[in-house]
Amino acid sequence: MHAKQLGDLIIKHLLQVAASASVVIVLLIFLFLFKESVPFVKQLGLGALFDTRWEPVSFVKERFGIYPLFAASLLVTLLATVFAVPFGVLGAVYLAELATPLEREVFKPFIELLAGIPSVVLGFFGLVVLSPLVKKTFHLDSGLTALTGALLLALMAVPTIISISEDALKGVPKAYKQASLALGANRLQTIWRVTVPAALSGIVAAVMLGMGRVIGETMTVLMVTGNAPILTFNPFESVRTMTATIAAEMGEVAFGSVHYSALFWIGIMLLIATFVLNLIAQRVLRKYQR
Amino acid sequence: MKKTMLVAGVLAACVALAGSGMAVQTVQVKGSDTLVHLSSAWAEKFMQANPGMEVAVTGGGSGTGISALINGTTDLANASREMKASEKATIEGQGLKVQEYTVALDGIAVIVNPSNPLASLTMEQVKQLYTGQISKWAGVGGGEGKVLLYTRDSSSGTFAFFQEHVLKMKDYSVKSRRLASNSAIVQGVAEDLNAIGYVGLGYVQEAGNKVKVLKISKDASSPAILPSVPTVKDNSYPISRGLFVYAKGEPQGAVKAFVDFMLSAAGQTIVEEMGFVSK
Repeated sequence: MHAKQLGDLIIKHLLQVAASASVVIVLLIFLFLFKESVPFVKQLGLGALFDTRWEPVSFVKERFGIYPLFAASLLVTLLATVFAVPFGVLGAVYLAELATPLEREVFKPFIELLAGIPSVVLGFFGLVVLSPLVKKTFHLDSGLTALTGALLLALMAVPTIISISEDALKGVPKAYKQASLALGANRLQTIWRVTVPAALSGIVAAVMLGMGRVIGETMTVLMVTGNAPILTFNPFESVRTMTATIAAEMGEVAFGSVHYSALFWIGIMLLIATFVLNLIAQRVLRKYQR
Repeated sequence: MKKTMLVAGVLAACVALAGSGMAVQTVQVKGSDTLVHLSSAWAEKFMQANPGMEVAVTGGGSGTGISALINGTTDLANASREMKASEKATIEGQGLKVQEYTVALDGIAVIVNPSNPLASLTMEQVKQLYTGQISKWAGVGGGEGKVLLYTRDSSSGTFAFFQEHVLKMKDYSVKSRRLASNSAIVQGVAEDLNAIGYVGLGYVQEAGNKVKVLKISKDASSPAILPSVPTVKDNSYPISRGLFVYAKGEPQGAVKAFVDFMLSAAGQTIVEEMGFVSK
């Protein structure tokens, strides 16, 4: 009896350790990021981040303005969301409400496959196929633009949006739909006036999570956006996102230098952005579960 | 009982490993990403010829390699730029002399789309294009259209070298598109009619007819020179650079053997094979 209790206790603590591991790791990452980013504040002050030029290697004056990078991430994320939402939400509505079981059998694996394509492969596709297409369609000098990046990122966000929205739509109680149909509404009216509004918070959460995926994506944007740190909201210009900057510059920057530490500030900004998006998504999701 | 035997076995294995480790002399090489392939090729051949010696090569960048040399975590530092005075001073402050070896030469070719009518540029014109002073091809005697600038990323040693020696330390135009590799620049220039880019000499051969290599002249009165192995070697091509290996203090033992190998005829043959220019 006693031995059994002890065994239970040990197992309980083991599980506790496993469960809290991710908490500890997140805290350690925060700690690490802040530790590495301290030298920047000591040498240049935090104000140097709020500048309009990102010029980390310069003989004239090194500048670490995060505005162009932040604007680029914002532009690419918003554009990608605009492209992804119609496809994602309408696709989910179709899959949840209208598709036959056979169609669902066929579509689901493809959507999952789309989610599983490595970002570097998508980037390569973008570089070789999509960017010449964008260049031709809009008569641009170069196809390496924010738009190209956004189109590819939309492709990555669609599966996330579809699967979570679909769950939300399926979670709408049957009674709602039956009541609507009984009142004489047809199927489409029921979907648009009853089912979708009832699942709206779930759909919003799906979009938020899709955006979280997009804002953190690195390889694809690094390959197709041209990476010129221009402060712009023009989708036909080349942009340099926060993630691409970290990936491109971390490789050869001298450890412990101001530039190195500036890259960690970008990391912190990125972390805050995804944290806020996740927080909103969680809030909205909880509301819909209630 | 079984457990103790296992522990004893593991211990014995560790001792054996440590013992064999002592017999092998290891050389740590760290630094420039431009040099990392060449350096690995040297290491491979060197280890074949000298079974008792081991060379470990890592990239990370010229700056990283030099910091590692200063901190004593590497034996040799590869660099695609010369050591800065401040870095030299730090090492001399430790009471050791900096040894610099020029192990290979490299030319940086300026490339445009094959449809571009331009055949040559002066250094001043390249600078004006890349700093954004001139934004239309007509400004340098070329055809129609706006100039589309491609550069390497700021982490690249080539980026820094080009900025120092061609841009004369001015900043790149903010509109220049920063690409992650030499081959991405070739790809971009091959596709975009108004593009201009720069790549290491090795990549020009690889690109073939997809891009046009421009002749470069030092100034308006000098002849325009096409980058090639002979013109880089005799320094007549204006955008040439040395590739360096640095050591802290006089190299000894395996480190010295490896340095000697890089500078030997066999080592320099590998330089040519890897698309660089031997000295």
